[in-house]
Amino acid sequence: MRHALAAVVWLIAALPALGFEVEAERRFGPEGAARQVRVLATTDIGFFAPLAEAFLALQPGLSLHYVQAASTEVHRAIDAEGAGFDLVISTAMDLQMKLANDGFARALPSDLVEGLPGWAHWRDRLVSIAQEPAILLIAESALPEGQPLPRSRRDLIALLRDHPEVFDRRIGTYDPQVSGVGYLFLTQDDRLSDSIWRLAEVMGRLNARLYCCSGLMIDGLLSGELVMAYNVLGSYAAANLPPESGVRAILLEDFTLTLQRTAMVPVNAPAPDLGALLLGFILSPQGQAIQMQASADAVIPAERFATQPWLRPIRLDPGLLSSLDGMTRQRFLAEWSAALDQL
Amino acid sequence: MAPRAPASLRRRLLIQLIALSAVLAVALYVAVRLGAERASEATLDSILGAATTAIAEELRSVEGGTELDLSPGTFSMLSAVGEERIFHRLDISGVAVTGYADLPLPPRPPSTLEPVFYDAPYRDTDLRLAAVARSLMIENRPAPVLVIMGQTRDGQRAIAQSLANRAAALGLAVFLVAVPLSLLAAGSLMRPIANLAEAVGRRGGHDLRPVRHPAPTELKPLVEQLNAFIARLRQTLAQTETFIAEAAHHIRTPLATLKSEAEMALMQAGDEPTRARLRGMIRATEESARSAGQLLDHATVLFRADQRAQERVDPGAMVAALVERFGPTADLKDMELRLDLPAAPLETLGDAVLIEAAMRNLIDNAVKYSPDDSSVQITLAAEGGFARLDVRDRGRGLGGETQAVLERRFHRGANVAGVVGSGLGLTIVAETAVAMGGRFALTEREGGGTCATLWLPLSG
Repeated sequence: MRHALAAVVWLIAALPALGFEVEAERRFGPEGAARQVRVLATTDIGFFAPLAEAFLALQPGLSLHYVQAASTEVHRAIDAEGAGFDLVISTAMDLQMKLANDGFARALPSDLVEGLPGWAHWRDRLVSIAQEPAILLIAESALPEGQPLPRSRRDLIALLRDHPEVFDRRIGTYDPQVSGVGYLFLTQDDRLSDSIWRLAEVMGRLNARLYCCSGLMIDGLLSGELVMAYNVLGSYAAANLPPESGVRAILLEDFTLTLQRTAMVPVNAPAPDLGALLLGFILSPQGQAIQMQASADAVIPAERFATQPWLRPIRLDPGLLSSLDGMTRQRFLAEWSAALDQL
Repeated sequence: MAPRAPASLRRRLLIQLIALSAVLAVALYVAVRLGAERASEATLDSILGAATTAIAEELRSVEGGTELDLSPGTFSMLSAVGEERIFHRLDISGVAVTGYADLPLPPRPPSTLEPVFYDAPYRDTDLRLAAVARSLMIENRPAPVLVIMGQTRDGQRAIAQSLANRAAALGLAVFLVAVPLSLLAAGSLMRPIANLAEAVGRRGGHDLRPVRHPAPTELKPLVEQLNAFIARLRQTLAQTETFIAEAAHHIRTPLATLKSEAEMALMQAGDEPTRARLRGMIRATEESARSAGQLLDHATVLFRADQRAQERVDPGAMVAALVERFGPTADLKDMELRLDLPAAPLETLGDAVLIEAAMRNLIDNAVKYSPDDSSVQITLAAEGGFARLDVRDRGRGLGGETQAVLERRFHRGANVAGVVGSGLGLTIVAETAVAMGGRFALTEREGGGTCATLWLPLSG
């Protein structure tokens, strides 16, 4: 299923497309409902379905149209095409930030924003609905006998250098050229430490494979094609990797980027009140509990930032915009390619 | 049309003070609002300018073009104050190469690395922009580069507004505090006026001394005018008294001559009708002389009462001397003057001339109105801080008149026929009693006659 979906995405991305590309869509709720709330998101329908059903149970007379798309497509739909959605949810914080900065986000009701901590919203336009870490996945089989799990990027680099025979062509990571989240992880890694460039060199030497999405990297690990994946979205890993798969999820302790899944109500939303209503439900204790359950506890409650200091939330502010600048992006990607293809 | 009475000073002061504090409150609001806005704008401008300059300086020429490395820190910093929105644009050789290609250009081209600041509407908002120019060697040719950074100033405005609101609240509080304070201030400001009025009001009817009550500088002109007025009044009064005294004196002298001439004529005159006329003439002359003397006494009393002389007077010695002086007159009427003095001499403080005039008038009255062959009892005693002088006669009494009526100037009782008098005697006594801080009482005696009592305060 996931393979087929990814294949479709690749196919569509290759074609010159006029509209934004939809990965999947589903309608929730009664057919002839009086009003409909339209949601555009990067989140897999499977994760969102429990939330949608709980919401509609509380709001009879509403139906919900859920459209899933890649983060860059989500951005394009709102920015360039002005598509009519009531709630836009994306893991690409920088692109969401750019939409809000450029004036595509509507002011949210103050009661939604007021209760949130400062890092969990930008003005009254963009709010964080979940935090999830970018994790390292490693197959236990790849570890030599007696070797402890790597705890930091330094350990990881040493492990890769010492055992090229295990890891050659079997490392997966995001392709920042294609994936919005991948590019965000790269720029944030760079912001926090230089070790990403040494890691990139090592991964380049080991012929790392580049992916569009977390899901495909997990599939690769499950099939044994990969033994390690760097910067995978925690929620996908937790949901799709059973303990018996022999794949370990590691939060690197030098730092683990923590992404905020953000939501906004676009200015041209056909029913902005419904968008805000749904957002309010997602932020409510009930909504948060459902979301946590759906992502198998990979969503981080805010309290853990204090107990696990290596969890570094990506700041939700216009600092994210700098890396979206055309020339800056060009330079980043050039540096990435140079590090990866030094051979 | 009658001129409108001016409003109460207190109310006027209060209204002006309240109006002043209201103006101050508004001024505080406006000043803080403008000040906060300018100060924060200047601060934010310098940050924006520095960020723009830094970006321009970081621009590098590399093989095959230019390289720009926008730092997330710069963007975060620009947005930090109040979560502002950030827009940027980079032009090389007049062509927008990155960022928002439609970001408004500066009104005038900036000089090298000196930012130009300007405001412009953009998309759905208003931006504050900074533009910096520099040139860069690209493919061995210098190319002009323009860096523009724009930010919204919503947070700054909100902060300035909240500061101004706080200032307005402060201003309002000042205003509210000012109302009771103004009331207090108005009260304390008005107090010296009330005190002065009270001090002036406490003065006796004949007190024409200048007002010496301490008055604030602002009231000095009023006090000075009041004193000048009192001085004029006193002068007028003095002139009148002097005139009366002089007039009395000028009448008395020729009257004495006239009397002695008439007495000589009486001695020489032979026939009875002429003698009778001359005797009538002599009596009329005596009456006139006596009136003139009384007028003089009264003028003296009025004048001296104002002087408030404070000498030590022994009333016992004084009354004894008077009794001695009236002895011959009493003898003519076969009257007896009995004098009782206290064992120890008394002492009062006051004007000896006045006291003497008062005592003389009392004894004179008693002698004058008493029938022949009667006696007048004169008693001096100490009584509760006062020297009490009683003059008791067996004369005609008060004739049904009250003391107040008899004390009027030129008023004589209804029962005075056959006795010369001016109607000033009791007036002189009463005015002296008041001037000396004493008291005067007239009562009918049982069995006929009058008891006149004068109290004078004892010294010490």
